[in-house]
Amino acid sequence: MFIKEIINAITAPYFLITAAAILLLVSLKYPDRFYTSKSGGIVFACMFAFLGISMLDPNFRLIVTKPDNVPIVGMLFLVPFFTWFALREAVRNDQRIAEGKPLVEQEETADKVLTWPDLVYTELICMVVLTVVLIGWSMALQAPLEEPANPSSSPNPSKAPWYFLGLQEMLVYFDPWLAGVVFPGLIIVGLMAIPYIDTNPKGNGYFTLRERRWEITTFLFGFLILWILLVILGTFLRGPNWNFFGPYEFWDIHKLEALVNVNLSEYIWVKGLPWLGYNGGLPQNAFLREIFGFIVVLGYFLLIPPFLAKKWFKGFYPTLGPVRFHVMTFLLLAMAALPIKMVLRWLFNLKYIIGIPEYFFNI
Amino acid sequence: MANFTDRLKEIFKALSPAKVGEYIQESQIYRSVFRVGVPDSDRKRMLVMLGSVFLHLHPVKVRKSGIRMRYTWCMGGITFFLFLSLTFTGLLLMFYYRPTLEYAYVDIRDLREQVPLGIMREIHRWGAHAMVIAVWLHMYRVFMTGSYKPPREFNWNVGVILLVLTLLLSFTGYLLPWDQLAIWAITVGSNMARATPFAGHEGPGSALMKLGDIAFVNNQSDARFALLGGRFVGEAALLRFYVLHCVGLPLVAGFLMAIHFWRIRRDGGISGPL
Repeated sequence: MFIKEIINAITAPYFLITAAAILLLVSLKYPDRFYTSKSGGIVFACMFAFLGISMLDPNFRLIVTKPDNVPIVGMLFLVPFFTWFALREAVRNDQRIAEGKPLVEQEETADKVLTWPDLVYTELICMVVLTVVLIGWSMALQAPLEEPANPSSSPNPSKAPWYFLGLQEMLVYFDPWLAGVVFPGLIIVGLMAIPYIDTNPKGNGYFTLRERRWEITTFLFGFLILWILLVILGTFLRGPNWNFFGPYEFWDIHKLEALVNVNLSEYIWVKGLPWLGYNGGLPQNAFLREIFGFIVVLGYFLLIPPFLAKKWFKGFYPTLGPVRFHVMTFLLLAMAALPIKMVLRWLFNLKYIIGIPEYFFNI
Repeated sequence: MANFTDRLKEIFKALSPAKVGEYIQESQIYRSVFRVGVPDSDRKRMLVMLGSVFLHLHPVKVRKSGIRMRYTWCMGGITFFLFLSLTFTGLLLMFYYRPTLEYAYVDIRDLREQVPLGIMREIHRWGAHAMVIAVWLHMYRVFMTGSYKPPREFNWNVGVILLVLTLLLSFTGYLLPWDQLAIWAITVGSNMARATPFAGHEGPGSALMKLGDIAFVNNQSDARFALLGGRFVGEAALLRFYVLHCVGLPLVAGFLMAIHFWRIRRDGGISGPL
């Protein structure tokens, strides 16, 4: 069907990720238009309608109703819901601040209530509801159990547990030492560094967007686009050989995708320099061959921070001080490295910026 | 005869739920367990919070805005409750499960086919998935309300470690059914360790880790080998993951949770506008 083919086409990673990122940034620019009760209702009605209608498609149903994927379908609704909810609260609070009225949270902050019964009963109800949900879910849906383990026959695709599929998706763009070790490490370190980097005293203990626009935009980009969206992409849209498959596409094991990725060194030594009269091809020495890659990577991490300190982040530098500032810019650059590499891959089929497979040193 | 019906009426009156409840509440056994009695006055409602080891995690009074669902999303509490139910169902599963190549898969299959009302594994698995999502949403809420800001920086850090532990708990548990789904997911996941810089045999810099001709980092001595206790996902990996899943990681997580909850109180309770 025509519509199905369009949806298959626009869920391709380059389109999906770009569109989601643009949508997020635009919606944060005009939050009072996007995060209202009405728009939320429309979006969720559309999402439910999409899910409901799509369930008629056998390929879609097959992947969505896989037992282990059911929680991710839940997450597909929960995360947008809470994003919308948090930002709607933030918009309301921002309006109140603008009008000089007390915050939603502040209105009730003066009165303290007794923990028994106000909190204890809420918790009790929560526990009962959750128990009922868990038992109902468990009776309705059996936990998956496949064939006994067989080390000699690997399924295709072999997928990590779903919460690591964002990392597995990163493997498309980076080698395992980055996607599987360095970046996860930096995510943990980066999360832990947040309270020490963020010196903005405002927005402590209430929802707000206007007072923390920069922090929230950065975090949401990392959390929603580079974490949640990649998990969803890796779960629902990656099939055999980690090829992309649209939501209505059959997971054909024989689907071939041309591997035409080119290293930066080849771009420069083989395609670029001949224009200047050089025709020697790739140099023998790996470090000479990759010299431009080293310049790009080192320049990225060493030259951009001082530039930012002078230019765009001029306001940050004095308040943060050198240590905080450089930790922050390093973490931001590391985070930005993923979307940058994605875009380079989509536009130029760039494989490695530095490619020294002899030492497993590929960036 | 009239005498007899009167006696019956008296007995029924004495056995009415309210009377029985009163009788129980006045008994020495009840008083010895619940010191304060029924919290029917404000004074007793405060005392009950102080007298119980479970309830004393909470303060006696809380800020009204701090406990509204639309502020907290209840996600931290849900995570903790899921952890408790996972501990409980996990304990029951341990009665039926032996972590060896010979029995692991068969035990899980028997659990499904032979044990009456056997939904413990389902509750355990779906609860585990739900806990991962709940932890993420908890982090999301804490970020969106700026609750990591001073004085709660340290508690945010404890929380990040707890998030990582949750993922590791789920990851180690994923292997235990010993089916195709399990070993290949763990193989894909643990293959990453092979690429650890300097410490994995396919990681950058591992070639430097040698003295003369002796390479220290090879496929029998690298990070992946340490994780799996072997060169592939086999018996040793199963035992390692089992021990970590059932004992090691829950202990660490429980320890950190104690710190996490304690620090919420010490750092001024659930966050709110200053």
